[in-house]
Amino acid sequence: MRYLMTTKPTDTAPDEKLYAEMGRFIEELTAAGVLLATGGLEPGGILVTSSGDEITVTDGPFTEAKEAVAGFALIEVRSQEEAIELARRFRRIVGDGQSVVQQVFGP
Amino acid sequence: MIVLVPDVHRTVDAAWKLESAKIVASLTRMVRDVGLAEELAQDAVVAALEQWPVSGVPDNPGAWLTTTAKRRAVDHLRRSQRLERKQEQLAHELEQQHGPDATPDAEPDDVLRLVFLSCHPVLPTEARAALTLRLLGGLTAEEISRAFLVTETVITQRIARAKRTLAERRVPFELPERDRLAERLSSVLEVVYLIFNEGYSATSGDDLMRPGLCLEALRLGRLLAELAPREPEVHALVALMEIQASRAAARTGPSGQPVPLHEQNRGRWDQLLIRRGFTAMLRARETGGGAPGPYTLQAAIAVCHAQARSAEGTDWTRIASLYEALARILPTPIVRLNRAVAVGMAYGPQAGLDLADSLLADAVLSDYHLLPGVRGICWRGSAATTRPASNSGGPRPSRRTPPSAPSWSGARTRSATPHRRAGRSGRPPTTS
Repeated sequence: MRYLMTTKPTDTAPDEKLYAEMGRFIEELTAAGVLLATGGLEPGGILVTSSGDEITVTDGPFTEAKEAVAGFALIEVRSQEEAIELARRFRRIVGDGQSVVQQVFGP
Repeated sequence: MIVLVPDVHRTVDAAWKLESAKIVASLTRMVRDVGLAEELAQDAVVAALEQWPVSGVPDNPGAWLTTTAKRRAVDHLRRSQRLERKQEQLAHELEQQHGPDATPDAEPDDVLRLVFLSCHPVLPTEARAALTLRLLGGLTAEEISRAFLVTETVITQRIARAKRTLAERRVPFELPERDRLAERLSSVLEVVYLIFNEGYSATSGDDLMRPGLCLEALRLGRLLAELAPREPEVHALVALMEIQASRAAARTGPSGQPVPLHEQNRGRWDQLLIRRGFTAMLRARETGGGAPGPYTLQAAIAVCHAQARSAEGTDWTRIASLYEALARILPTPIVRLNRAVAVGMAYGPQAGLDLADSLLADAVLSDYHLLPGVRGICWRGSAATTRPASNSGGPRPSRRTPPSAPSWSGARTRSATPHRRAGRSGRPPTTS
């Protein structure tokens, strides 16, 4: 089963240690065949709103930036517990903050 | 907000499955006996099951299991009846090196050594598969037995016998010599593909443990590709499995009936897996120097199907020539029959029929159960109704005629509650 882990932005800038640890973590998960895709997202982005027949496109930044997603990882695991365990390992590396883990259905 | 209280048993299981390959590999390096290594590792699991409910799940469950297992191994080496000074020294050194509290990683090669060990040709194929799922995937005997539709006792005995054989034959925990690498590697790939096919042949009504085998095999394959990056056939097998797995959701209809390749809704093919398959195929091509091996050819056929936007857009000429090359190095009945179908698709029914008829002369094939079906396919000869049942699995005798169009073209029923148990390998959820 697949899970998408999304991470919210934090104020702390990543240091070299974090980069190195994260690099190792990503490498390990890729090698284990668990990590299918990962990436960081630009802050803000573009907001597309539809209301009735009207579609509005708004350029960021937005006030709710803290609620936005800063990065994601798509993992393929055997169980929710495995997803949680990997999310725990991820959080230990990045420090204070939040990630959301959701099962992905389809295609 | 509700804090999710982890189910300790499931948490232990998850941590174990994620780490088991590395733990067993590094313990095997220490004690030089894979059976013993696994027992010691299991002791750590038992300890976790006893302690975590009381002490709480540790911050880093995987590291906890690794550390505990290594302590058991060090203790074992110390306690060992034939305690020689040398062994004590070894135990001391190990402790120095890793420290019981460090997070010791197995050398990457240790996991590869473990793969070669559990897929060693001294073992019968089915024993290799069970042992590999056990040691590399961390599956329990019960899970393996459900996946292979046999009793747990059968698997337990199979694994025990395999471990005994490895010990008796003194199979070393080493990478194969260069001159034996090809043979040993093909033994490994055979096991991985067998595991994959066991899962792939499961229908949607089956226990999810069976489709779960596809994921296990994919993981093993991807792991192997990292561990042995210069072996084209490894990348090719990964490509083949990724692309076949990409069709998992599309290959069964709403009531679990098989949907042949040419009738599948290509929109339901998993593009992520297809792209991963293409990438793996590129690696296979980059690393491969000589003549393409059997997995490279099969993967190339899978790539052809995946590249076609529609069934009609399939490059049958290329597929036919790939099957021709494959039939030369892997002249199994399935491959030769698939070749006949591909030739029929590429050059017209008569060409396929001629080839199928020439197979009749072959003693092995003349009473082969699929041959009449293939001849039938060629006879019908219409592009709209003929295709090999799957790109490399070949036409299947049990493939029933799909139900009449209205019953399944209208409602793509993914059942009312598809999400609860959306298959381990992205297969459609149980609908029956």
